This record gives sequence, structure tokens and C-alpha cells, in this order.
Amino acid sequence: MLRDTWLIFLRDMKLCLRNPTWLIIGIMQPLLYLFLFGPLMVTVVAHTPGFPSGNAWAVLTPALIVQTALFSGSFAGVGLLTEYRVGVVDRFRGTPASRSALLFGKVLAQAVQATAQSVLIVLVTLLVFDLDAPASGMLLSLAMAAVLAITLSSGSYALAMVLKSEAAFPSLMNAVLLPLLLLSGVLLPVTAQLAPGWLYNLARINPLTHVVDAERAAFRGDLGSTGLLTGSLVLLAMAALALVWGTRTFQKENA
Amino acid sequence: MITVRGLARQFTLRGRTVDAVKGIDFDVAAGELVGFLGPNGAGKTTTLRMLTTLLRPTRGSGTVAGCDLLTDPQGVRRKIGYVAQGGSTWPESKVGEEIELQARLYGLSRAEARRRGALLAERLDLAGLEQRPAKTLSGGQRRRLDIVLGLVHEPQLVFLDEPTSGLDPQSRANLWDHVRRMRAEQGMTVFLTTHYLDEADALCDRILVTDDGKIVAEGTPDELKAGVAGDAITVDVADRAAEAAEVVRRLPGAHDVTVVAETVRLRVPRGDSVLPELLRALDSHRITMTSVKVNRPTLDDVFLSLTGRSLRDGEAASPAMEATHAA
Repeated sequence: MLRDTWLIFLRDMKLCLRNPTWLIIGIMQPLLYLFLFGPLMVTVVAHTPGFPSGNAWAVLTPALIVQTALFSGSFAGVGLLTEYRVGVVDRFRGTPASRSALLFGKVLAQAVQATAQSVLIVLVTLLVFDLDAPASGMLLSLAMAAVLAITLSSGSYALAMVLKSEAAFPSLMNAVLLPLLLLSGVLLPVTAQLAPGWLYNLARINPLTHVVDAERAAFRGDLGSTGLLTGSLVLLAMAALALVWGTRTFQKENA
Repeated sequence: MITVRGLARQFTLRGRTVDAVKGIDFDVAAGELVGFLGPNGAGKTTTLRMLTTLLRPTRGSGTVAGCDLLTDPQGVRRKIGYVAQGGSTWPESKVGEEIELQARLYGLSRAEARRRGALLAERLDLAGLEQRPAKTLSGGQRRRLDIVLGLVHEPQLVFLDEPTSGLDPQSRANLWDHVRRMRAEQGMTVFLTTHYLDEADALCDRILVTDDGKIVAEGTPDELKAGVAGDAITVDVADRAAEAAEVVRRLPGAHDVTVVAETVRLRVPRGDSVLPELLRALDSHRITMTSVKVNRPTLDDVFLSLTGRSLRDGEAASPAMEATHAA
């Protein structure tokens, strides 16, 4: 199975590098946020009581990493549906290659792509803006981005195989992602001081909130904080669930 | 090579149950080239997807290439090749990459994958295209690439789903030649589906005629045609058509004699052997003939006599076909 996973991973990476359009489009959005939204954030953070501690870039950068991993991971299923339409998925499923390996290879390629995008975001913020974060925290946040991409792409592939509709899939994704993103405090942290009670409570039950909190804690260098621990546990639990769902869907005999 | 008993598949579509395949039995011997002929929506692709382990049967059992379809699907996958109906290549992938990856997914080493891939690409006239993205190939080339992908691990048994659908006549004839040659050289068993009569006729040793999820007849193309009413003879006479009809009615085995204006039609078991006698008989009655035609029955006649419908009427996708796509 490892060999099959590796073969599929190499195939997806090769195709991605040959035509890195999506990788570039994926990185454009966070860069626009950095340049066109980041400067506002600096002023807002300085003048708003109740903001989490740390400088504005240490609040914004980890959020953009989460957002990027979230988007590229969630829309991975679109690519799979195109491959399904042209018959590539069935061809692979007809070979003796492990069907879980078909999933793992693709998920792994997604993780690498999301990590590469995150590295770029961090580099730009370090070089152009006034980001002040410890190296260990940044590395940890990159690892979390990779796990987040694994989680979301695995779930996305599973959902795509269940829906089997190239038209319905992106609309459904957009409908789910926007509230999830707003409630996770990606742009403005949903803290007890800033948000009304109901909104704060709603944000707390959103698992993504905890991931964003953990990323921010890592960027602050707050490696012993409970936020980081909770976020990591929530992330690992989500990853496990998504991989089980993905594996089950891919192993089903009727697809 | 293939044994199938009571194989059936149901789909549930918006609460409605559709029987795409209604319990079929058949056998295919090693080395045979068998065609599964029927209109769109007859359940051909559903059957093929069950035989290639892409779809689990609702009922029934089967052995494919020596492995049980239900308990050893992995064994089946190892031994068969499958060329799907709509193609199977990724437009951005290079021809050489697709072939190499496919071979490696069957467990071959990189070197062996490249060696066999190059050999097979050469045999199917794809040599020199290794670096080309699949999207730049012509329809015929892409279909041959699909076949290379289905054969690169040298399976004993290969399934071809509508191999020439959508190809121009030249590419079709070319592909038939390749299928015949590959089969002769490698001695493999070929099971193909088609809704083209000429394809079944030109290519297959034996044909399973299918309609509405059932097998309605089977035999060699000639057997199937002989089972129909026989050859059709059409005689145009200068005059006295009614008298001519009386004469030909007395010929051995003549039946279904009809007269329309100056044209007499009849059916006989063997048109070529009756023809001399027919000419002599009409001549001896001094009936002047302006033309005589003998038509061998086509598989369309076979299908018409079996189902009461022409094969060409079934072009519109039936609910069973839609269910296949939705499932």
C-alpha cells in the first residue's frame, strides 16, 4: 500500500508542478489579504481593547495559513470529480492497487501543496512585514496546516465520491465554508470581549475556532498554552474522522 | 475464463427500483472473442462493471479468470484488463507517464513498466508520442492509448466497453485490426460490448444478444443469422408478378413470399444455393426478370426477430442507463 500511495502521490505532485495555476491562485488570496487588509489590522489591533496579545501580523498570518489550507483542501474534491468524469478514477480502481492508497496518495499531495503555500505566506510576512514569531512556533503552525489539509482534502474527496456531482459540489462547499470561516475568527478573533455572548458560544462549538486559536498560540510562542493543546487535539480528532470516512468511501465496492 | 450465474444488479433512483441487469447466465472459454451486443440501456456497461469488480452485484455469482467475483475481487483485478467506455486518460498527463504508472499499479518495476509500455505503444502505433499530453492525441490515438493501458500488464482476459464508439470509420477498422492482432499474438480472451452490428459481426467469435437486462440469444454471428427467417431474395420482373410469385413459392424452403407491384420478395434458408433453381424456374415460365438480389440477414434482422424492435430504435437512453450513471 505504501508503494501505491507513493505512486499516486508522485503523479499528483507531477501534474501540480506542471501546471501550478491553482497553487498560484490559491496563494494570491492570502497575499491580497496581507497587503490590502494587513495594514488596517495593525491600526485596529493597536486601538481595540480585548484583542488577543501579540502583534497584528502574528494574529493575521496564522489565520491566513488556516484559511489557505481550508480552501485548497476543501476544493480538492472538484479535481477528483473531473478525474472521475474522464474515467481516470475507474481505471485506477480497476487495478489491484490498494483503494486506500488512491486516497492517501492524493491527500498527501494536497498536504504538501498546502504546506508549500503556508511557507510562502510566512516568508512574505517575515520579509515584507513586521512579523515577530519564534521559529519553533512557526514550524508547529506549518505542521498543523499540513494536518488541516489532510483532514479537509480527505473529507472533500469522500464527499465528492458520495455526491458525484460537479455542479452541486462547489456550491455546497461554499455554503459550508463561509459560516465556518466567519465563526472561526479568521479575520477578527471572536473573543469574549469583542463578540456578543451568543456569537462567542457559537464560535466555541466550531472546531475550526480551536485550530485557529492553536495556530495563533504557536505564533505567539505560547507553546505550553491550553489553547494550543485543545486545538491540536481537536485537529487530530478531525483528521482521524476524515481519514476513516475517506477510506471507507474509497473502499466501497460501488462507486 | 468467465462463468456467470444469475448475475443481477438493481439501482434505486429517486425511490424507484430499476433492474438494470435481471439475472444473466453465460460462459466464456479461454481464447474466445465474445461480443455483448445490445442497444444502449440494455445493461451492457452495468454487466461489465460487475465483471471488473467496479460494481457489486445485487444477486448472483461469477468466476472471472479463475477468481471468485464476490470473495476475491482483488484476484480478479490482478488478472484482467479493463478498457472503459468513455476513455480513461487524464488530458494533462503525458502518454508515457500514463502507461508507466498504470503498469506500476499492477506491481511492475519501473524498468519493466517502461519496457512493456514502449513495446505495446509501438504495436498500437503510438510510438514517439510518449512525451505528448493525452489531450493532444486524436480520438483514434486516445482510444488506442486506452487499450494500451488495459493491456500493459499482459492480462489473460480483457474487457472492452464500446471500444470504437465515437470513432470515424477508418479508425474503427484500424482498431478492429489491432484487437484481432493483439488477441492472436497474446492468445488472450476478449469480452467486448457493442451496439454496432457490423462490429459484432466483424470481430466476434460468438455473440450474446442482450436486451432490457436479459440475454435473449447467443451464438456465432452466422448461427444467429441462420436462426432468423433466412436469406432474403428480391426479384424484379417485367410483368406477371403474381404468376412469378406462384412459381417461386414452389421452390424448396421458400416462405414469406410477398408481391408489391413488379417486385417479388421471398425468404429461403440458403439464398446462394436456391438462386440457380429460381432463375431456371422463372425462365422456363418465360417470365422476364429485370433484377435479382440476395441479401444475407443482418444482425439487425436477428435483433428485430428476437425483440420485435430494431436495434437502431434503442438509441435514446433508457431509465436503466441513467441509473447506471447516477449510482
